[in-house]
Amino acid sequence: MDLPDQLVLANVKPGNLVYVQKVENHALKPKLMEMGIVKGQPLYILFKAPFGDPIAIDVNGYVLSLRLDEARLITVEKVADLSKTDVR
Amino acid sequence: MKIALVGNPNTGKSSVFNMLTGLRQQIGNFPGVTVDKKIGFLSFNEQQHTIIDLPGTYSIYPRSEEEKLVHHVLTDRTHEDHPDLLIVVVDQSNLERNLLLFTQLYDLGLPLVLVMNMSDVASRKGIEINNNKLQNHFPDIPIVETNAKVGLGKDRLLQALSQKQPNERAPFIVGSELRELDDNEGQEAEVAQRYEKIKSILNDVRTVKDLDQTKFKVSALDRILVHPLWGYVIFVAVLLVVFQFIFFFASYPMDAIDASFADFSTYLQTVLPKGVFTDLISQGIVPGIGGVVVFIPQIALLFFFIALLEETGYLARVVFIMDRIVRPLGLNGKSVVPLISSVACAIPGVMSTRTITDWKERLITILIAPLMSCSARIPVYTLLITLVIPQKVVGGFFNLQGLVLFGLYVLGLITALVVAFFLKYGLKATSGGYLLLELPGYKTPIWKNVGLTVWEKVKVFTLDAGKIILAISVILWALASYGPGEQMQTAEAKIRSASTEIHLSEVEVEQQVASAKLEHSYIGHLGKLIEPVIQPLGYDWKIGISLITSFAAREVFVGSLATIYATQDDGSENNRLIDRLRREKRADGTPLFGVASGVSLMVFYVYAMQCMATLAVVKRETKSWKWPLFQLFFMGVLAYAGAFLIFNLLS
Repeated sequence: MDLPDQLVLANVKPGNLVYVQKVENHALKPKLMEMGIVKGQPLYILFKAPFGDPIAIDVNGYVLSLRLDEARLITVEKVADLSKTDVR
Repeated sequence: MKIALVGNPNTGKSSVFNMLTGLRQQIGNFPGVTVDKKIGFLSFNEQQHTIIDLPGTYSIYPRSEEEKLVHHVLTDRTHEDHPDLLIVVVDQSNLERNLLLFTQLYDLGLPLVLVMNMSDVASRKGIEINNNKLQNHFPDIPIVETNAKVGLGKDRLLQALSQKQPNERAPFIVGSELRELDDNEGQEAEVAQRYEKIKSILNDVRTVKDLDQTKFKVSALDRILVHPLWGYVIFVAVLLVVFQFIFFFASYPMDAIDASFADFSTYLQTVLPKGVFTDLISQGIVPGIGGVVVFIPQIALLFFFIALLEETGYLARVVFIMDRIVRPLGLNGKSVVPLISSVACAIPGVMSTRTITDWKERLITILIAPLMSCSARIPVYTLLITLVIPQKVVGGFFNLQGLVLFGLYVLGLITALVVAFFLKYGLKATSGGYLLLELPGYKTPIWKNVGLTVWEKVKVFTLDAGKIILAISVILWALASYGPGEQMQTAEAKIRSASTEIHLSEVEVEQQVASAKLEHSYIGHLGKLIEPVIQPLGYDWKIGISLITSFAAREVFVGSLATIYATQDDGSENNRLIDRLRREKRADGTPLFGVASGVSLMVFYVYAMQCMATLAVVKRETKSWKWPLFQLFFMGVLAYAGAFLIFNLLS
């Protein structure tokens, strides 16, 4: 039932801007929300660690790193791929 | 008045603390938890106030031991550190997340002052905050702007601290009562509600210029420092520089400290009246203190670099690039720094595991940390390598002795990683390990903060490890100075009477006497008692004595050998201890220190948990004797099995 533009944060490539749609129910959910990952929050995927895990994202202007395991809890909606534009 | 300083990590909170208190600080412990308690003093309005720098926290709902403590201190009115006033420090460049904690604290109802810090970073990001408008949203509390890094805003802050605040204020959100700690849904709803309101306030008070130009930029430093190749090359280079300092440059002050304590002991023996009390001071206490002080240069340098790398923001990147690599071993990216610290000394290494929130990941890190070869092992390695490994070049340009030394470090490291892997599956605790780590912006270090951190850590090490090393040294001195019955006196008398016939110099007689006394002391008997156990490893009772004495600190091994062989380790080219040890023969005429027994001893020292101070620190950090005893056991088994194996392979 997922819409095509819905995906989990773990699968988004660096350079993409996404909006948080939902955080899975999990023991980490309140912690993720406290770190700023709440519904509707724009996230920008900055870069990945050398082995693709963990990843670093921009949340309200600060850099948060999280493991792919944690990023799998976050469903997002892709807004734009900024990696090809000169905005970077 | 009791004031508490609260805020997110990386908000410049410690700069505010240092600005307010200067050097009037002390460090202690909160009862029952292993969290450092930083207290400072400040006076205003002709009154003295205490100020506690609480650990950085993201939320009133705790997710780590440090955050639990903050929750406890702030919500339990009977807690002895419960404050009368809060100073909440926020980073202006990242207000959403910072104000989340602030509004939670606001709803606790305690009088508070909001400190808007790091204005320089905010303006660099094109962020402007209208403080008047912000004040309208929070009319009952003072709001102060500071740039604590350069000491700006201290007077304004002091003024705000003495400002009278209304007893009651309207809560920030409806239903602001604290949720239960296990009420996840309630907390989630509360966080969502707070963020919504915070965002609407920020729309009113914050303007961001040049949004598209400044937002979403990967910094040039990050492009290099987390690069798949250069990231690791730079990390290794940084490690090399740090090790160069803690091993090479630190050796000068360490040698000086060693020599002056030895001189002081000798001096005391000559000026104080002969007797037990003098011996206790000159042979027990002074060398004991020396054994602690000698590590201070290394510990200070180590913490200098760690604090420096932390301040600049680099350390978080190390965690970031190492996490995936060490994770299959049951470790966390945050385990890397404690393991590196352990190469200087396992004690600060074990203490710095506190940043690891997951218990299992932290426990594994603590358990393997002492397998990293610490600096107290260096004198032992050096002595044994000089003794049994020939000076020759192998493979064109490798010095064999250097290769062996390198091999011992690698052996410790690899064993640590293998043990971690087994513990991951062997330990019952399930791991809920996660890595939600803020990568703070890069900044130039604040030297005052670095200096204070070094001072603090050195103090904790000296007091914590110091008292244990000192106590063990005194106990071992007593065991080495007294023996059952009259045996020691008889042995001494025998040598003195014999020496008149064979014309020994006075020094030689004293050395013979010291050796004979040690042989007949309690420790001598202990050494002989364990001889059957250590014989399969290639050791005799004299080595046994030295093994026992090195429980105070491993490097004592060298001094003990020197005493028992009635010689001195004067560290010179024609080292008399080395010569003496080379001449030592077994009953069958083969040399005692051959390649087999020498390498066996090296392996034993790589593995054996011969450090009471580390055991005590592990006990404190894990809050049970179970883990240090387990550590003593498994490292003992490794040491015995490893030494046995290598001795039989080589002989």
